[in-house]
Amino acid sequence: MPTKLTINGETRELDVPDDMPLLWALRGELGMVGTKFGCGVGLCGACTVHVDGVATRSCSTPVSSLAGKQVSTIESLAESPVGRALQQAWLDADVMQCGYCQAGQLMNATALLAKNPSPASDEITSAMAGNICRCACYKRIHAAIAEVAANGVSADA
Amino acid sequence: MRELAQTAQLSRRSLLKAGALAGGGLFLSVTLPGMAQAATGGGAAELNAFVSIAPDGVITIVSKNPEIGQGIKTMLPMLIAEELDADWDQVKIVGSDYHPTKYGFQFAGGSMSTPMNWLPMRQAGAAARQMLLEAAALEWGVAPAGLRTSKSTITDPASGRTMTYGQVASSAAKSKVPDLAKVPLKDEKDFVIIGRAIGGIDSPKIVRGEPIFGVDTQLPGMKYAAFERAPVFGARLRSADLEAAKAVPGVEDVFVIEGGDNPAELVDGVAIVAGNWWIANKAREKLKIDWDTGEWASHSSANYDAQAKKLWAEPPKDTIVEEGDVSAAFAGAAKVIEAEYHYPFLAHVPMEPQNCTALVKEDGSVEMWAPTQMPQSGHQGVAKMLGVPGEKVTVHITRMGGGFGRRLTNDFMHQAAAIAARKKGTPIQLIWSREDDLRSDFYRPAGWHKFRAAIDAEGKLTGLEDHFVTFSTKGEIPMFAQMGPKVFPAGYVPNLKYTVSQMESRVPMGALRAPQSNALSYVFQSFLDEVAAEQGSDLPTLLLSLLRGKPDEPMQRGFGGESPGFSPKRAIGVIEKAMQMADWSTPAAEGRAKGFGFYFSHNGYFAEVVEASLSRSRQPVVHHVWAAGDVGKHIINPHGALNQIEGSIIDGIGQALGLAVKIEGGAVQQSNFHDYPLPRMPVTPTIDVEFVKSDNPPTGLGEPALPPVVPALTNALHALTGKRVRSLPIDRKLFA
Repeated sequence: MPTKLTINGETRELDVPDDMPLLWALRGELGMVGTKFGCGVGLCGACTVHVDGVATRSCSTPVSSLAGKQVSTIESLAESPVGRALQQAWLDADVMQCGYCQAGQLMNATALLAKNPSPASDEITSAMAGNICRCACYKRIHAAIAEVAANGVSADA
Repeated sequence: MRELAQTAQLSRRSLLKAGALAGGGLFLSVTLPGMAQAATGGGAAELNAFVSIAPDGVITIVSKNPEIGQGIKTMLPMLIAEELDADWDQVKIVGSDYHPTKYGFQFAGGSMSTPMNWLPMRQAGAAARQMLLEAAALEWGVAPAGLRTSKSTITDPASGRTMTYGQVASSAAKSKVPDLAKVPLKDEKDFVIIGRAIGGIDSPKIVRGEPIFGVDTQLPGMKYAAFERAPVFGARLRSADLEAAKAVPGVEDVFVIEGGDNPAELVDGVAIVAGNWWIANKAREKLKIDWDTGEWASHSSANYDAQAKKLWAEPPKDTIVEEGDVSAAFAGAAKVIEAEYHYPFLAHVPMEPQNCTALVKEDGSVEMWAPTQMPQSGHQGVAKMLGVPGEKVTVHITRMGGGFGRRLTNDFMHQAAAIAARKKGTPIQLIWSREDDLRSDFYRPAGWHKFRAAIDAEGKLTGLEDHFVTFSTKGEIPMFAQMGPKVFPAGYVPNLKYTVSQMESRVPMGALRAPQSNALSYVFQSFLDEVAAEQGSDLPTLLLSLLRGKPDEPMQRGFGGESPGFSPKRAIGVIEKAMQMADWSTPAAEGRAKGFGFYFSHNGYFAEVVEASLSRSRQPVVHHVWAAGDVGKHIINPHGALNQIEGSIIDGIGQALGLAVKIEGGAVQQSNFHDYPLPRMPVTPTIDVEFVKSDNPPTGLGEPALPPVVPALTNALHALTGKRVRSLPIDRKLFA
């Protein structure tokens, strides 16, 4: 049965097997490849998207469970002030090496700051512990989040 | 692989001569071939294969080497732009396809891109600048020698006239192409781009989620493929029942691929093609394949361990190096210490799983979008496998989500091409699952070392022995499972002998970041720490005593050209620097301890100090790492440089704390990140890095910071608990 959901503000109807994970509907059916495949079983966080604002592993979330939900992906991150501020902080700190996991890192960091705008250092660390960076840019990811947390986010950032 | 670990200083004519890399194909001897071309077209003037300048002043610089996260796409153009005297804000960087006749050698590995390109990329920039100067001089009717350049602008100091590069570019394309060997290079003190921290050129696209990686390739009509291969290494396909998989809704085709017995090329398997990769991959559950595992299904890590111990009890099969009189040293020793060390197989697990997109056209020509560190061997291998001439195979090099050496081997390119050859006219994107990636790697070889050291009555280290047990494949020790005769402290202990014995295996083995060094550093620097403790001294003191007063080793011929030999002076420089940074002589705070490690690899000298403690559950915790490195006189891009060092340090800590690939029944037991637990953010220590700038050409940083951190950690744990870590990963019960 087709599932109707909202992706980055647009209503989409997906006619895929009920158990197809959102990740593979995004990448294979909609051509939205910003969300990354890393492990397929929810262990690495590379595929993180927001479902109704909550950081969610798209590789382990069946499309059929998302009827009527609001999904947002890395492609729409710049539409939120927190997302924009984090994108800029990522560039300012030259966070990344290969960059493959960074869509997931950014989506997870945005969800963290949306919920807790001024996390303590160890709150950042534990909130980000589910996202693997194989290049181990952790020091810079942490610093970029702390930077945004310290400076706050203006609505027109 | 010792050769790859040695430097390539280029001869002045930029002639790169290279040897063969086993398993990777032959390297070409190349110059910078595109230098002879200059052309105008499409509005931009192409001054050579690397530099084009448009009338509006935008300078397009081609970055030729594969980008795996090491920062090369940003760094090579910095070298060109420096000598071109370009305004960096007007520089646009583009990646390149595989095109060795145009760009020269293109690969990512061995921390070689910096030493191999330090001179030729600057020459490419300087040659383009020379052509711009000559065109401006012609227009003004002056001699080019008197003109000055800065930030994409030419000035005639005599008249005060100026001209931008954009204004003069199209006439410059008609200038004579200068002789690279004679083109003047900048005085290094005038560098303005080299040494500047510049962010990754693709980073803005990455934070927006734009398609940029190999697996993001999308082509009209493209289909996805999954590939099922034998779990047991060395197994061959006997028969396969494909009907149930074919019946899965959405599956478009299922077929057997016949391979050979070289895992670096094509192995037997079954391909499943569908319009969505998840459907293709899931249909693998329906396959019924009968594998002929031969004798290999009996292989296991436990079995290898038992064989290694048996080999230790027998005379070694071969001698790697023998210096002085080892028997006499042990006969005359006041104290002899012995220790057995072991390290496991490791996987690379780059974040982007292996993938490749291939299109075999009706006329037999092939187009590939390949995340490969070594496009040359993939190009050659695919052409040979499909029986088409090389010029009919086009390889687009994509950005890669990590490499770490895994993508030096192009098995995934062979698979994608073999599948696409069965679906002519349809682009096929092959993607591996993470399980495929962990179970079909070319692993860092496991190894066993049995050490003995002789200490004389004065406490001096007079003799050292290592009986190394490694693997052979079809009777030969694979390149990355070898140990060379110059592994430190060879040459610095008067009586020394390294021997080797090997056992047969079909586990594929390859280069993992800092190959060989990542393991040898752990065992040698740990055992030397044991020797120092026995002497009542400490590791840096012992290292300094071995190194002081010794001359630099002579230039050596290695992969990519001549390179300086090991320099005790540079080693001492980083050892002393790290001691000072970490305040080595002052004990760590209560409940913590410091450990030391030094290693020379990939032309880089690194000494590192780790400060560690045990958690309440008695597990190792790394608090602080101090790293001192000498990679020559310039840090070309401090951003990329520091990022590589920080990443290498955490990578090494992660390996030591928890990573191992275990073989059982001839197959890898690990499958995903739950049983191959890569380090995560909570592992991250404070990291302080300082560079010791020596008067040597700059060398690469992808690898040399990793090896010393592993023994620095295990030595810190010994200082803390009195317990030696003689096997990796660190046994969680060791400190209970």
